Amino acid sequence: MIPFDYRRAGDAETAVAAVAGNPGAAFLGGGTNLVDHMKLGVAEPDLLVDVTRLPFDSVDPLPGGGLRIGAGVRNSDLAADERVRTRYPVLAEALLSGASGQLRNLATTGGNLLQRTRCGYFQDVTTPCNKRRPGEGCSAREGYHRYHAILGASPHCVAVHPSDLAVALTALDAVVRVRGPRDGHGERAIPAAELHRLPGEHPEWDTVLGHGDLITAVDLPPLPMAARSRYRKVRDRASYAFALVSVAAAVELTGDVIGDVRIALGGVAHKPWRATLAEAALRGRPPDRAEFRAAAEAELADAQPLRDNRFKVPMARNTIVSVLAGLTGEEPR
Amino acid sequence: MRLNVTVNGRPRQADDVWPGESLLYVLRERLGLPGSKNACEQGECGSCTVYLDDVPVCSCLVAAGQAEGRQVRTVEGLAEGDRLDPVQQSFVDAGAVQCGFCTPGLVVAAHDLLRRTPRPSDEEIREALAGNLCRCTGYEKILDAVRTAADAS
Ligand SMILES: Cc1cc2nc3c(=O)[nH]c(=O)nc-3n(C[C@H](O)[C@H](O)[C@H](O)COP(=O)(O)OP(=O)(O)OC[C@H]3O[C@@H](n4cnc5c(N)ncnc54)[C@H](O)[C@@H]3O)c2cc1C
Ligand code: SF4
Ligand code: FES
Ligand code: FES
Repeated sequence: MIPFDYRRAGDAETAVAAVAGNPGAAFLGGGTNLVDHMKLGVAEPDLLVDVTRLPFDSVDPLPGGGLRIGAGVRNSDLAADERVRTRYPVLAEALLSGASGQLRNLATTGGNLLQRTRCGYFQDVTTPCNKRRPGEGCSAREGYHRYHAILGASPHCVAVHPSDLAVALTALDAVVRVRGPRDGHGERAIPAAELHRLPGEHPEWDTVLGHGDLITAVDLPPLPMAARSRYRKVRDRASYAFALVSVAAAVELTGDVIGDVRIALGGVAHKPWRATLAEAALRGRPPDRAEFRAAAEAELADAQPLRDNRFKVPMARNTIVSVLAGLTGEEPR
Repeated sequence: MRLNVTVNGRPRQADDVWPGESLLYVLRERLGLPGSKNACEQGECGSCTVYLDDVPVCSCLVAAGQAEGRQVRTVEGLAEGDRLDPVQQSFVDAGAVQCGFCTPGLVVAAHDLLRRTPRPSDEEIREALAGNLCRCTGYEKILDAVRTAADAS
């Protein structure tokens, strides 16, 4: 690790100014990703601005029925929040499926969204990686890529975003609130589905945020249908592993047909993947397995798996089908 | 920088702390508390688990500066004098210790589980200890120890 300074921010304005004014500075949340990366030499900030003591550490009701989740709220506290558990179960399930108790107690909402890919080459500074050092090449394309993308990848990077929380927030139409160096005293709002980007020519940019942009909160819309929602994560071990494929979904039945539906996929792309094609195929259709399967296939029609992750395509399809079947009472939850 | 932190109920000070040090390093190398272990230093194994403000965390990923003014309780702070905590005693009785590297972290994690859930199911024990890896015991004796501790308390 290279030497660096540490500062504790008392308010958002100071925090943003401190990071914006120094290209080598970074915000520090729970540290479970950044401190790890500093040890590995993947990140080398010369100033850490600790934002965990900013007043963004509560979950508050929004006028109109939604919830505002402060960026500093710990993953464990958010998962335990009674309103989250009953009104947005997909969110609590996603959080509890991630990492371990000791890590969730540290990890923050903002830091979780901005955690970086777990691609092994990204974390190993001795191997070429376009995300770490643009132009070097991608070691994963022809290397170990079992965990990598099947949708939306580019020749420059085939990594996936690892956050479970982000997948649930994408399905819920959550909105990320950001305060940056150019926002003055105001904030801007970015739909969770648009926070992360596809790699394209610039895999070094994970998100649409710029240097010094501070996440202050995440807003959940009221979304009554979310009371019937769930998160399923398929992985190599029963617990404490990243997703091979995950599905966040919510369904609302209107009479005998699907009135509304939200589906997002994790473990398949450089960003949480909102399955808009599958959603469109399902609205107004009867909730049966043939329909679920056809919708999943429509979403995955453009999948471009790599040599060693072809299994993810049927895995994603089957997981979508079984989650939707569970939510619509086709099988016990 | 100078770090002020309350460890096992006692206010402690460490000088010349480099802000990049982990809390684990401060505990082991500056405060003479080698109970918490440094195995992976990456959040993977849980051997560095300590209570920070009453919740268990991986101290290897806590930057020292973040512990300023806070309460830390390590495995050394669980026993009362010579009387081991029931969790510690059960680990001894069940033979849940081989090389012992994972043990302090497991003891703290199990201690926390039993505070929150005094009568955990096997599934709850497994999930609560998922962040603690042991490469010696195969976990059966560890499960035994936690079950015994739950019965004892
Ligand atoms: C062994 C292990 C297993 C894991 N398993 C999973 C898993 O299964 N699923 C999963 O989803 N995650 C998993 N994680 C990742 C974990 O969830 C993240 O490390 C954590 O959520 C990051 O949050 P943090 O607050 O610690 O972020 P930090 O490490 O503090 O920060 C991460 C990034 O976000 C930036 N940042 C932090 N806060 C803000 C803010 N408010 N505004 C702007 N930028 C900010 C930092 O500058 C940094 O770039 C695992 C981690 C480990 C170590
Ligand atoms: S997939 Fe992306 S992160 Fe992994 S080696 Fe290739 S460029 Fe780097
Ligand atoms: S040493 Fe901290 S988790 Fe392994
Ligand atoms: S006893 Fe050796 S690692 Fe657990």
